[in-house]
Amino acid sequence: MQFYASPEQIMRDRSEYARKGIARGRSAIVLSYEGGVLFVAENLSTALHKVSEIYDRIGFAAVGRYPEFENLRSAGVRLADLHGYSYDRRDVNGRQIASAYARTLGAIFTDQSKPFEVEICVAEVGPTPDADQLYRITYDGSVQEEPGVVAMGGQAESISGGLRTNHHNDMTLAQGLKLAVDALGSVGGENGKPRKLAANQLEVAVLDRQRAGRTFRRLVGLALSNLLETTEAATDKPAEPASETPPDRKDASSPGDQPQPPSAPGTPADNASGKQPAPADEKPAGDKPAGDKPAGDKPAGDSAAGSKAADDTPTEKADETPDDEG
Amino acid sequence: MPGGLEFSGRLPGAFHAAGSSSFTEFLTQVAPELLPGRRPLPAGVALDVAGQLPHATTIVALACADGVLMGGDRRATMGNMIAQRDIEKVFAADAYTLVGIAGTAGVGLELMRLFQVELEHYEKIEGTMLSLDGKANRLATMIRNNLGAALQGLAVIPLFAGFDLDARSAAAAGRIFSFDVAGGVYEEHGYDSIGSGSLFAKSSMKKRFRPGLTSDEAARVAIEALYDAADDDTATGGPDLIRKIYPVIMVATAEGTRRYTDDETEALAESIIAERRENPGS
Repeated sequence: MQFYASPEQIMRDRSEYARKGIARGRSAIVLSYEGGVLFVAENLSTALHKVSEIYDRIGFAAVGRYPEFENLRSAGVRLADLHGYSYDRRDVNGRQIASAYARTLGAIFTDQSKPFEVEICVAEVGPTPDADQLYRITYDGSVQEEPGVVAMGGQAESISGGLRTNHHNDMTLAQGLKLAVDALGSVGGENGKPRKLAANQLEVAVLDRQRAGRTFRRLVGLALSNLLETTEAATDKPAEPASETPPDRKDASSPGDQPQPPSAPGTPADNASGKQPAPADEKPAGDKPAGDKPAGDKPAGDSAAGSKAADDTPTEKADETPDDEG
Repeated sequence: MPGGLEFSGRLPGAFHAAGSSSFTEFLTQVAPELLPGRRPLPAGVALDVAGQLPHATTIVALACADGVLMGGDRRATMGNMIAQRDIEKVFAADAYTLVGIAGTAGVGLELMRLFQVELEHYEKIEGTMLSLDGKANRLATMIRNNLGAALQGLAVIPLFAGFDLDARSAAAAGRIFSFDVAGGVYEEHGYDSIGSGSLFAKSSMKKRFRPGLTSDEAARVAIEALYDAADDDTATGGPDLIRKIYPVIMVATAEGTRRYTDDETEALAESIIAERRENPGS
């Protein structure tokens, strides 16, 4: 027997369902800095990415259910490649991708009984930080262009306040990374204490403003842990503006130097975070943060990790093929 | 836009299909008209295109100590005419591979562009690069799809070379693959050449090539081979000192691909010409 449900009720139920799903996952932050756009996501897996490359100057970050945002990600790559192949590489821009996502998510939200439990960000790096475009697209297809910084995920509300106050466009990469990592760590600790996130809990990538062609680059292994250490060291120096560290996060490094596991373990809805991390120093120190050439490892044969030389390409790399199933 | 959107504005199903990481397969579904080799040609007619369409000519490739190097002359011909003096026929297909094309330039350039997107697309979707052999096989499939057009006169043949990231040592990492119009893939050892002047270029390299050349030595051997090809083949262009047009030389090593600057190739070409002035041959 069919009961009547008002459209308002249906939409409200779907929104609530989607929001709950998203809230279970961990957050991701996208921000502009002086040298490009920085993506930071809390992700224990090195193969199932939350952050990835869409096109030359366009990157993608997502939170929520892995199979759903992975589906959207590959659709975005296909759309961008098709557009770039049909016209020219310069004719692909972030707005097109964001609007295709918005319409797709909007259609799914209204047409299907189960909405996608995802929140995504499409970022395009411009010639200057002011020209960067960060689009945030939510489960119902609403799209917002947010200047400077976007926070997504379950705790987005609580972390975005501090982020927005402390963010400025001429930050260095290290400052931007510190801001994002502190913000991610500011929630989810025991008794509301901030957590300290280690390199192997983070997925970090940038769209490099200076680079020609494909600008997307992952920061992995030693490159990332060195950068994190630099930012740790910088906290001790008074040289950094005091406003950089909000008062409630002054002790970010004090609760033990050991990184704490997140208090909320990954739920099945957050598959991308479910895997055990690999030791951060397992990979060769490939991607140099500032190299404008692919930082070449010694060719294969020089080490047991020979076949991992692929980690050093200028482009997106992963050791394994991401599992479609997630 | 090709592919189109559904009425609701949602991206069509092909965009969301799981399992395929090939851009060519995706194009087959959403925009088959963009694929090379799918255009209907008049049946049973062998076109005399040599005199009417630009043709790309000689490409050489040789392995060197830290990878592999490829060079191409700059001439495109249309029968007895020079169609273009400064065409570029050697490209980086991705971060570690090079492709040079010979044959009908229009088809070749289109194939080249599709191949570049194909490799990048795979890499973005899968998060990992294809193996060097995988890339060569993929290129062979694309050539095979062009067989119909090739039999009617629109043949294009690539030369493919790359740095194999899975090789046991850097000396063995530079690999070269040649193809035939039917899609055959042949791995070449040491050096190879394709195009109208390939016979002369190969003979030249046969005498000058030895395993373990540095990339600069290999660049010199490549330019000499192109010079020799230009010497005996009218469709191959030699270094043009007046207009400052020199062969394109690209190298793929563990650091990625690099194109020799015009200044570098100019210096090499000039020193070769100076030597030849002493001993021009007859």
